[in-house]
Amino acid sequence: MWLRALPKHLLRLALTILLGGLLGATLVRFAPGFGVDERELDSRLSTQSIHVLRQSQASQRDILGYYRAYLQGLFRGDLGVSTSLGRPVARLFAERLPATLRNVAVGVAAGWLFGFFLALPMALSRRRSYEVATAGLSGMFLCLPAAVLGLGMVYAGGAAAMAIALVVFPRIFHYSRNILTHASERPHVLAAHARGLQPARIVVWHILPNAAPLLFALMGISVSIALGAAIPIEAICDYPGVGQLTWLAALNRDLPVLVNITLLIMIITLTANSVSDLLGQAVARQRI
Amino acid sequence: MSRARLIAIVFLAITFSAVLLADFVAPAPYAKQFREVPNAAPSAEHLLGTDDLGRDSLSRLLYGSRVSLLLAPAAALLTTLIAACIGGLAGYLGGWFERAALAATDLSLSLPWLFLLLAVRALLPLNVSPIASVTITFALLGALGWSSSGRIICSGARSIRQSDFVLQAQALGISPHRLLLRQVLPNLKPVLAAQFWTSIPIFIIAEANLGILGLGVAEPLPSWGNLLRGLENWPEVKANPWKLAPILMLVAVVSCFQLVFQKREELAS
Repeated sequence: MWLRALPKHLLRLALTILLGGLLGATLVRFAPGFGVDERELDSRLSTQSIHVLRQSQASQRDILGYYRAYLQGLFRGDLGVSTSLGRPVARLFAERLPATLRNVAVGVAAGWLFGFFLALPMALSRRRSYEVATAGLSGMFLCLPAAVLGLGMVYAGGAAAMAIALVVFPRIFHYSRNILTHASERPHVLAAHARGLQPARIVVWHILPNAAPLLFALMGISVSIALGAAIPIEAICDYPGVGQLTWLAALNRDLPVLVNITLLIMIITLTANSVSDLLGQAVARQRI
Repeated sequence: MSRARLIAIVFLAITFSAVLLADFVAPAPYAKQFREVPNAAPSAEHLLGTDDLGRDSLSRLLYGSRVSLLLAPAAALLTTLIAACIGGLAGYLGGWFERAALAATDLSLSLPWLFLLLAVRALLPLNVSPIASVTITFALLGALGWSSSGRIICSGARSIRQSDFVLQAQALGISPHRLLLRQVLPNLKPVLAAQFWTSIPIFIIAEANLGILGLGVAEPLPSWGNLLRGLENWPEVKANPWKLAPILMLVAVVSCFQLVFQKREELAS
């Protein structure tokens, strides 16, 4: 059944990605200050050089034309050249993407490990002291900007991935606590408690399967949270990943890099969400 | 009301009063330099010391808090209004409009919000004034942060549209315009209020992130974001722990918001 729905799903995904890329390019194009180039202030440049700079800016003004040419290049494997770094964007991605993906993967995994296992005991017993302590701990990290956590990690000598984990963990804890608590209050779980079943058995066989579709959906969202956190953290930690590249591109008004990163981040986020949705649906169907 | 919530409300009330009265409470204007005492330790004249340009740190903290605490609610209001217009109408009208609005929401949600914010904020002109930078930063926060609120409001409006009392009102021949204003909007009020209050701490933290990256409010106007840039010099912060005041203030205010509006947040989620 869902194999039949897969092409439609993929088509929607492709359309969303294409529209998203256009949206990102349009936002950048219409942002106040687009077309302002700091290099024009360089007194060493001749009038002709400044004219060439202005012409290259003008070619990016027609956003539809720019996006069409960009997509044509994309199908040939050409992502364009970074205006600020003067290097092919594809090569920049090849160098930086693995590092960011590794950071995000480790950050998400560690965030889940910490957040989920801190929330799990609440599915079994609701001790006030434990609730207050865990809510206080996660609340404290929830109040800290990702960039401050990145700074803290730099001073502590920790890895950037750990700062991402500290951003992901309180959100995972907060949502998974709500999901697990809700699942543990269902009548069949209460009946299982009343019949004296082992707590571990109740969690594995009665609570987790019921909470699984929502937990899978949360997994998809956690990838998006981690990617968002990677930008300030990599910039602060001076980590050579896509997050730092985004920051540099934003500072240097590098449209080719920004459009490509928009598409890249969108592809990763949508793929993670789609996979988590499909897994959640598969688990829900098995339960029926 | 729990004791913790009461303490949080009192703290927020005191903080808001202090920042609103910053012109009277602050020992000095935020940009005034005391050039003879740069990087001074706390004293009777400068309760939190001075920064490296000799500006009074307490004054900058108070004025910076004013910028963040007054403009974050304004951005939250803007985002709630956009979300209410798009999400509310989509949920109420249904059909193709709802599908189109939800597709736009999905599109917006598939991009990390901070990324879009960073990209657009960085494209501001180089010679933007501090007042313009603060306005644009918070306007962008408000304009780009509507999608998750829009989805929640859409689902709230949809459930109201499908409720018995709305069906009954439609059967009685009440016009759609009157139905929207008299029945749907008043019932959406709790969801809108929840979205408004939960957006405020999110915007405060987003501005702080932008500020640390150098893309927030421009100097010399202080905000929590650019005050937190002082944390980048850790040896100095370690030697002068009072320089941690901005981050402590930020954590305290955001925690208090979370404590006070926890119930609303649960309603919103």
